[in-house]
Amino acid sequence: MNVIWEGLLAAVRMLISLDPEVLEITWRTIQVSVTATIISIAIGIPIGTVLALTRFPSRGFWVSLVNFGMGLPPVVVGLVTWLMLARYGPLGMLGLLYTPTAIVVAQSIIASPIVAGFSMAAIQSVNPKLLLQIRSMGATRFQFLLLLLWEARLGILSAVIAGFGGVISEVGASMMVGGNIRGYTRVLTTATVLEVSKGNLELATALSIILLALTFVIVSLLSLWQQRKSAP
Amino acid sequence: MNKLFVGRHWLRGSMAVALLSLLWIAAASAAEVKDIILSTTTSTVDSGLLDELVPIFEKQTGYRVKTIAVGTGQALAMGEKGEADVLLVHAPAAEKKLVDVGIGINYRLVMHNDFILAGPSKDPAGLKGKSAVEALKAIAATQSVFISRGDDSGTHKKELSLWKEAGIDPKGKPWYQESGQGMGATLSMASQKGAYTLTDRGTYLSQKAHLELAILCEGDKPLLNIYHVMQVNPEKFSKVNASGAKAFVDFMIAPETQKRIGEFGKDKYGAPLFFPDAATESGKP
Repeated sequence: MNVIWEGLLAAVRMLISLDPEVLEITWRTIQVSVTATIISIAIGIPIGTVLALTRFPSRGFWVSLVNFGMGLPPVVVGLVTWLMLARYGPLGMLGLLYTPTAIVVAQSIIASPIVAGFSMAAIQSVNPKLLLQIRSMGATRFQFLLLLLWEARLGILSAVIAGFGGVISEVGASMMVGGNIRGYTRVLTTATVLEVSKGNLELATALSIILLALTFVIVSLLSLWQQRKSAP
Repeated sequence: MNKLFVGRHWLRGSMAVALLSLLWIAAASAAEVKDIILSTTTSTVDSGLLDELVPIFEKQTGYRVKTIAVGTGQALAMGEKGEADVLLVHAPAAEKKLVDVGIGINYRLVMHNDFILAGPSKDPAGLKGKSAVEALKAIAATQSVFISRGDDSGTHKKELSLWKEAGIDPKGKPWYQESGQGMGATLSMASQKGAYTLTDRGTYLSQKAHLELAILCEGDKPLLNIYHVMQVNPEKFSKVNASGAKAFVDFMIAPETQKRIGEFGKDKYGAPLFFPDAATESGKP
């Protein structure tokens, strides 16, 4: 109990005093997670839309694959990304291992199936009569898609929130492909692991509280937006 | 809704995203030449030593050090695959193999401290006053809980060699538990469980305030903990940053750095965590 209390005090102290290292780690966490979420939206929503709207022979397989991907263990993603990006791996020439970009790559792989799966479900739950109506009013294919996504917006925002939640809380892959390098690839989760292993439980608690607060603020903003848009 | 407008908007958006990612990638690869990947053991990071030395090195040379803290086994494996430029490790027997096959070059002695057997101050197994090997025998005989790193680190390698010397195979015994984690985390576990463990003195001293563990066995010759630095041979791996790695080796054995190593931790813990050794080795190739 004492440790949690001390951690809470330390977190408040660090936030008030604007501890430069903590600010820097927090800012990097935001940058990396938001970038990964945006990339996973760009990959996941189109895949989810295609799977929701089209029927083709191997569709069942792809749907299972997306649903399976929603539970991909981050450490496995981290290991595979590490092997791909390693100097003497297939993508070694990019020189991306142990950079923030490598973390973004791994986190995008983790979040894309989550976004795809949730948006597929969201689009499939749009009333089919409405779709017919849109079509009958002579909408072009593009207008149809936009209206469809608009109708499914609540579920799609949930997909984004879930994807974001997946990446900001992720530690195994970030540790492996980022290397937890001070001032370069250290994010809130990996910094917490390091401080625990150094025995600095107060500092680790403080970092956790900052991570929780940050996640809460971003998710609340998204939720507020989601609920505002849903008002009649 | 104007279809054309929306179409352009989307196109522009995705192009901007693509461009930004390309820029980011380009920036990352442009910076690569000045980057050095230092693969090292958790003890040099957990004790805070590298946090003090690396910024000085970066300021002096303009290189950026990417410190990857793993167990010595993994650090050596990274060197073996050419995935690191320079290694700072502490398992001389395993290091020698890398040097012998020509992967490790410019192999230099940096510093030492020592391993200690730590445990609850009540010392139920009666380790006090025993040699390291006798102490392990006492732990096995009383079946006291012993926490091993179990992660192929330098400390783990040392621990296994001590068990071997004691003629005991602790693997699978209920009192022998492998944490699979770094030194800091393993010390916390031992402290929480009132168990024994083998640790380097540096990490122990730097975390002593959080631990309910006492030093029970120390100063025995097999407990010496020796750190070497080496470059990964650029003739074997063309992607290795040879000049940066050489600069780091030179920096670690420079008299000024050596002095800093000897001073490190004195003010905070009342005793140095590491003892500089490079000077004793001058003349060695």
